[in-house]
Amino acid sequence: MDEQTRNILEILEEDARIVPEEIAALTGMTVEEVEQKIEYLEKAKIIRQYKTIIDWELAGENYVYAIIELKVQLERKLGYQAIAERLYKFPEVRSVRLLSGEHDISITVRGNSMKQVAFFVAEKIATLDQVQSTATHFVLKTYKENGLILDEPDQVKRLAVSP
Amino acid sequence: MRTQCNPSRFISNSMQKVPPSGIRKFFDMASGSEDVISLGVGEPDYVTPWHIREACIHSIEHGETSYTSNYGLIELREEISRSYVKRHGVYYNPEEEILVTTGVSEALDLAIRAITNPGDEIIVVQPSYVAYVPSVIFAGGVPVTIGARGENDFKITAAEIEAAITDKTKAVIINYPNNPTGATIGKDELEAIADVIVEHDIMMISDDVYERLTYEGTHTCFSALEGMRDRTIMLNGFSKAYSMTGFRMAYAMAAPEIINSMMLIHQYSMLCAPITAQVGAIEALRNGEEEVGKMVREYDRRRKLIVGGLNDLGLDCFNPRGAFYAFPSIKSTGLTADEFAERLLHEQNVVTIPGDIFGDTGAGHLRCAYAASREDIKEALDRISTFVDGL
Ligand SMILES: Cc1ncc(COP(=O)(O)O)c(C=O)c1O
Repeated sequence: MDEQTRNILEILEEDARIVPEEIAALTGMTVEEVEQKIEYLEKAKIIRQYKTIIDWELAGENYVYAIIELKVQLERKLGYQAIAERLYKFPEVRSVRLLSGEHDISITVRGNSMKQVAFFVAEKIATLDQVQSTATHFVLKTYKENGLILDEPDQVKRLAVSP
Repeated sequence: MRTQCNPSRFISNSMQKVPPSGIRKFFDMASGSEDVISLGVGEPDYVTPWHIREACIHSIEHGETSYTSNYGLIELREEISRSYVKRHGVYYNPEEEILVTTGVSEALDLAIRAITNPGDEIIVVQPSYVAYVPSVIFAGGVPVTIGARGENDFKITAAEIEAAITDKTKAVIINYPNNPTGATIGKDELEAIADVIVEHDIMMISDDVYERLTYEGTHTCFSALEGMRDRTIMLNGFSKAYSMTGFRMAYAMAAPEIINSMMLIHQYSMLCAPITAQVGAIEALRNGEEEVGKMVREYDRRRKLIVGGLNDLGLDCFNPRGAFYAFPSIKSTGLTADEFAERLLHEQNVVTIPGDIFGDTGAGHLRCAYAASREDIKEALDRISTFVDGL
């Protein structure tokens, strides 16, 4: 990857709202160059989406998250892809990952209450043909999300002047 | 009755020759006020990367709390040696040519003391770090300051150095990338300086503490130039590149005779650098590249932001290719740097440092450190803009 592309991606990963003018000021590229690069990166699907990390708890919205580990039975000819596709279509399911180790697949589910999540898992996930067993872990607190530390202590102050 | 004591009578003559630090005044003025945005800080705004802190914690947990060799941990000296071979192709023997010190500050003091006899002249290229001139005076030497000029992007020329050399000259101190200007210097220019150093049979003290913060072009290590290895005392450290100012970790590299003399002073004054910080430095050299890369890329963005911003305000700023300082000229405003910096602080709460504190040729310039968050840099530029418009 060339230096300019890396620069743009790093800047955008940190702040999706930054405008091309500002990226230009930070990189020494012209605004047009920045816009062209971003357009290319979007078309090439290197930039997949612009998202916001929200602290819903602070906003007073008490979403409940759970991580559910699944053991699955693979049907003949249909691999993990088939079960993944069934899982990711549920809007409650926020992420789907294939794992190595004791379990095969891990999904993250979001709901409005523990009860709702528990019923969703019992009724919609555990009953799928390929699913052999589930283990549900409710998330009690999120300390870090997508590389962002959510409750980071304030930085130690530096002196106002130093050599 | 015993007579009263006048303590100042006991202060040594060399102490009396040292002027008070010009930075101090701004420190005092800034420390009272709230809502201050500081471009006056010559240190990174990052906390030391976690893996380095973690290595230090682990080391303390395992009871590593003793003195080390006077030279520093051999593992650390080996890593330092490797890093110079890798980056510059110059080899220093970790056994006898590398000394671990508490900051480049100590290394600088030791280097000057190790080679200076009373009356020896040491040429200090300015604008420069504020410690050089006092360190020469403390060692009983005579600082001879010469100025790198703005017209030449604050690079000193071989001819300018040569003109200052007398038969008392012992060494020259240079610092690239430079504090306070951000200037770097090219290989050809250093080759020409090397010729002068050899011709007059003197030494070079090269303070390379900002080496890793080079954004354009590549840094040339003076001791890697042909024939320069044994004529150079190379100073480098961890404060800036690894964001480890509080660890006080640095090193000097030179011929065994020089390092041995420096070690003798170190042995009887400092004894050795703190072991915990040395462990952190080993970790930094072994596994720190990725973090250095990230920080350097971000400084580079801020550099473009601030230099572009200052130029847009009509404060003519040459392109600093290293360190984390912008050094704009404020001559167009008709104010002196001191007036500008003082009024900017009082009227807009922005701290900058007047350039003449670092030497005469810095007059009419401000040192603006951009080791600050982008938000702070933008806010500072806005406030400077308001200030300049109101003049
Ligand atoms: C040019 C230069 N040399 C040396 C130092 C001191 O570095 P250290 O923290 O290693 O003592 C500084 C600190 O600002 C500096 O700017």
